[in-house]
Amino acid sequence: MTLAVRIDKVTKTYASATGGIFAVEEVSLDIEEGEFVALLGPSGCGKSTLLMMMAGLVTKSGGTIQIGTTKVEGPYTNLGIVFQEANLLDWRTVMKNVMLQIEIRGLDPTPYRQRANELLRMVGLEGYENRHPYELSGGMQQRVSICRALLHDPPLLLMDEPFGALDALTRDQLNLDIQDIWMASKKTVLFVTHSISEAVLLADRVIVMTPRPGKIGAVIPIDLPRPRQLGTRETPAFGAYAKRIRGMFEEWGVLRQHGETGEVKP
Amino acid sequence: MTAEAVSSTTKGPDATRVRVPDWMYPILALVVVIAIWDIGVRVFDVKAFILPPPWKMMTALFKNWTSLSLAMLYTLMEIMAGFAMSVIVGVGLAIAIVSARILEKTVFPLIVGSQVIPKVAIAPLFVIWFGFGITPKILIAFLISFFPIIISTVIGLRSIDLLKLHLARSMGASPAQVFFRFRLPNAMPAIFGGLKLSITAAVIGAIVGEFIGSDKGIGRILLIANGNLDTDVLFAGILILSIVGVVLFLIIDVIERIVIRWHVSQRLKHGVVL
Repeated sequence: MTLAVRIDKVTKTYASATGGIFAVEEVSLDIEEGEFVALLGPSGCGKSTLLMMMAGLVTKSGGTIQIGTTKVEGPYTNLGIVFQEANLLDWRTVMKNVMLQIEIRGLDPTPYRQRANELLRMVGLEGYENRHPYELSGGMQQRVSICRALLHDPPLLLMDEPFGALDALTRDQLNLDIQDIWMASKKTVLFVTHSISEAVLLADRVIVMTPRPGKIGAVIPIDLPRPRQLGTRETPAFGAYAKRIRGMFEEWGVLRQHGETGEVKP
Repeated sequence: MTAEAVSSTTKGPDATRVRVPDWMYPILALVVVIAIWDIGVRVFDVKAFILPPPWKMMTALFKNWTSLSLAMLYTLMEIMAGFAMSVIVGVGLAIAIVSARILEKTVFPLIVGSQVIPKVAIAPLFVIWFGFGITPKILIAFLISFFPIIISTVIGLRSIDLLKLHLARSMGASPAQVFFRFRLPNAMPAIFGGLKLSITAAVIGAIVGEFIGSDKGIGRILLIANGNLDTDVLFAGILILSIVGVVLFLIIDVIERIVIRWHVSQRLKHGVVL
């Protein structure tokens, strides 16, 4: 397999009164072309920061990131990003929000309009092309932003807790949708999440990150047949993966067993 | 529309009752004020040169219609010229301030600081510099009305979400694209807020200019009427000036509704509840 992304000893420190605070400490990770990798960790473990450093939107304090043959120094544009919020432009219709990708890149819009229609149909938004974001629910808005990230057919898709703000049912549906999209297009996907089950359900490999400083705690290949269904979550194999990861979070103090909170006294 | 779509109309519990249109409320309130005014003048027997009854004001308005409307037209010209200058200079300076750190550090504090100077106090200076013609009035209208525009435009241009800038840069947007596709549309609601404050200020500015020294305009008529104790003419002048001010404001309001339909402030205006 060809290497899509090579992250080598990447570090991010923030200056503070007492010296530097490590947000991300010496993270090294290779991602293969077409691989679906989940970055899993608690809030504030630097997983989103790592993603933003990959896109060249946040400067790194050390290390190198290489995507394909390019070393990431400034903003890297040969990718699509799905942000935590839908991040749509309120003044544009659904279609114009999706086409923004083409407009900014200065590409010929004619062939892409067709593709935009196809993408919107694929995520169930046919007929909403001329609506504005405020007329859509949160789940629908996030679907529009997925279409926008895919429109120019980038080889790499970065997703930064894309479904974190959505209700559980919408999230389930979008998880299945994103698997379909990935299986059809074989893009390299890096998916940041704080949900153990989301990570196990979607990923080929789950990168478990430790809390402050953000380091790679474990790399867990997920060997479950595809396409995975929501019911996959109830299988023993899935449960074993989830249990193993949960055990790590308990060990690191991210999760506490019931009854362990006795030392906290009012 | 599927169940997931957000409904764009809502029926309140009073949907079956007769609805009073929104524009009726201020008119009804005005009728009440005029009624109180009329009754008050009669009951307390107020002299007409102190407070004329409403009908006397209306009579004065019709009797002096030609001179009042011509004067208003002249003043309107000053207002519009001053306001136009404010929009051009205010938005232009705001863009410059937001794009260049050095201007933000040097020019912006001076502009903010200059607002402490009472413009009414420096208006006579303009007469010395520019005479009694239309120029000093336009300049005073501009001076009073450009501040709200520059402040609101600077705030609007600055208050863009970091994620939107990330999005722009991940698409390889040029600085011009970031400005015209992201920052400027994002700033439109704030800019319109500034325009509304500015147009009312421009009316004040034009009148102040005419008070200082003028041979034309509604401000001059007000001064003369005041001097002659023609209080009914004074009130007629104030009425016509107020109507023009409200109409100017409403024109901007209508443009705002069309331009930023997408914004939450407009949606609430249209009675859409999310």
